[in-house]
Amino acid sequence: MSANPKPLKHGYIRPLDLKHGKVEMSHGGGGRAMAQLIDELFQQAFDNPWLRQANDQALLTRPEGRIVMATDSHVVSPLFFPGGDIGSLSVHGTINDVATSGARPLWLSAGFILEEGFPLADLKRIVDSMATAAEKARVPIVTGDTKVVERGKGDGVFINTTGVGVVPDGIEISGDRARPGDRILVSGYLGDHGVAIMSLRENLSFSTNIVSDSAALHDLIAAMLQAAPDIHCLRDPTRGGLASTLNEIARQSGVGMAIREEDIPIREEVDAACELLGLDPLYVANEGKVVAICPAASADALLAAMHLHPLGLDAAIIGEVIEDSHGFVQMETSFGGRRNVDWLSGEQLPRIC
Amino acid sequence: MKYVDEFRDGKVARSLAQTIAAEVRPERRYHLMEFCGGHTHAISRYGLRDLLPPEIRFIHGPGCPVCVLPIGRIDSAIELARDHGVILCSYGDTLRVPASERMSLLRAKAEGADIRMVYSSADALKIARDNPEREVVFFAIGFETTTPPTAVALRQARTEGLKNFSVFANHVLTPSAIQNILESPEVRELGTIPLDGFIGPSHVSTIIGSRPYEFFAEEFQKPVVIAGFEPLDVLQSVLMLVRQLNEGRAEVENQFSRAVTREGNLKAQALVAEVFELRDRFEWRGLGEVPYSALRIREAYRDLDAEVRFDLPYRSVPDHKACECGTILRGLKQPQDCKVFGTVCTPDNPLGSCMVSAEGACAAYYTYGQFKGSAEVAEAS
Repeated sequence: MSANPKPLKHGYIRPLDLKHGKVEMSHGGGGRAMAQLIDELFQQAFDNPWLRQANDQALLTRPEGRIVMATDSHVVSPLFFPGGDIGSLSVHGTINDVATSGARPLWLSAGFILEEGFPLADLKRIVDSMATAAEKARVPIVTGDTKVVERGKGDGVFINTTGVGVVPDGIEISGDRARPGDRILVSGYLGDHGVAIMSLRENLSFSTNIVSDSAALHDLIAAMLQAAPDIHCLRDPTRGGLASTLNEIARQSGVGMAIREEDIPIREEVDAACELLGLDPLYVANEGKVVAICPAASADALLAAMHLHPLGLDAAIIGEVIEDSHGFVQMETSFGGRRNVDWLSGEQLPRIC
Repeated sequence: MKYVDEFRDGKVARSLAQTIAAEVRPERRYHLMEFCGGHTHAISRYGLRDLLPPEIRFIHGPGCPVCVLPIGRIDSAIELARDHGVILCSYGDTLRVPASERMSLLRAKAEGADIRMVYSSADALKIARDNPEREVVFFAIGFETTTPPTAVALRQARTEGLKNFSVFANHVLTPSAIQNILESPEVRELGTIPLDGFIGPSHVSTIIGSRPYEFFAEEFQKPVVIAGFEPLDVLQSVLMLVRQLNEGRAEVENQFSRAVTREGNLKAQALVAEVFELRDRFEWRGLGEVPYSALRIREAYRDLDAEVRFDLPYRSVPDHKACECGTILRGLKQPQDCKVFGTVCTPDNPLGSCMVSAEGACAAYYTYGQFKGSAEVAEAS
């Protein structure tokens, strides 16, 4: 008779292979594999009282004040880039959408669409990065969802995040509140995120020191509102860049905008990369910048407050709101000529000669 | 990475503009054709018209590669991707050029054709190497600047024995187009297009040199200044043209001496000559059929010529009736003279090719000039 085999530990499940494992269809199937992925990966990383309830929803206590809600889906390629990854980006992006209403962000949700075959090690990196970003921002991820699609039907991972926040009394921020005479401010150098991403695209790959500016802006915005509670508009110039943000606000408010090229902060490296690619930095995406429009009388105090915050060190007043029923954004070029800064048409395609 | 700002110094620009204003003669106008869309773009993007005195009038030339591509050629490219199942590689701007039946490469792509945007002919070669089981066609367009890279790709494909790669060649020639404009009845006999001098594209001349222009300067008595694409380059070349015209000279001058020589890049010229030969004729949007104005692939490389491999017939297709691209490309009209400019035809929904590329005159006017209102734009032009 041979010795008794070692008895299996009751309820033992082989842990997820986070080093070499891959996402499988069963990870979205609703069965044990999915439960394991949630427990061992998401729950561990995002851990908080709401997730520990292990319900399909988060039970939240109603906060005082007006509630805002924003959602954002993230499909960035490549998933990892200098200065961030899709995980941190998905946290920052939604926090910023909530915060640019003047709100204090309270909670986030996260929905993952994973492609079959995606390395679990990469997923862990992304989830850890989200957890770090959320913790640093002090905004918990309180509920989530995971779906898996067949290989070839996704591109690794897509992440949707939704955020809820609360706007303090007395703060009235909206894209339709820009008035002629208001000043236009930006919180720092423009175009860093877009150029950092483009430098990695497979058919471009050029070397640059530029890193994405991806960051959560709610602390900066809180400091701005303290210095200038009468800010009229706030918006983060993401896709379509500064040009699109100003055009959106001009249309919503029924005003024009006049900006000065010389005063717009753009790094030499970004300018050079854009020149090479045939792009206009005014249209290139940012993920950690805010555009503010405020009454002229508050502009200096607002700028000073921005300069005191690490994310606003390079803030600048770049122009003013003017009367214009057409809603045009115009720019005085560094030559003293004037030109229109139009909406972006299509994708920003490169010129060929 | 500091190479941009020194060519965009506002102070230098203002002092150049003052010199120009001081030297123009108030009794005359200076009608200068900037041949290349890159110059049209620079003029609009930097607001150069605002700096210059009203005596200077810019006439926008046809030097925008996607603008002059006729509908028939785009139709053929779509046919390659859709009916022959090839991977069609193309430069970005080309994707949006309107073709027949409200089609474009971008729409064909959305319907499932395998069309890929590339930044260079080398990218297309790489796609061919990575997909040995698929036919890969490089949709080659452009003036003399983009021709040598296409020639390199063809030679490389030959060396590597890449059997699944071919080129749909649509390379066109700057001097032929300028000659066509100068010989047109509107310029020569009727005088409906006043044309006093040319701002020549420096990028083209880095390849072909400045010599090909000497013929025009002498034969047609029109001064030519080869100019760079930075705004300061454009202003300086305007000053050089004003001086030539004031002094009654008609010479070829080289503003872009930092890269252009009289002879050009002989190595590139030899390479192009090895791979390409002149076409008897080629249809240009706006100019119609222009003799000896484009290149085709030589006999020795014929097996890599997509037109031969896929037996592509050429069908000429007229432009949309309301579209004035043709007259705009010949300098007969300005963008805002077109009835559909800014209404039916916008950069988001281009009807004509001049609204597609950032280098097209219509797109430049629409994108950078709207705030002025049409009256002011008309005046400034």
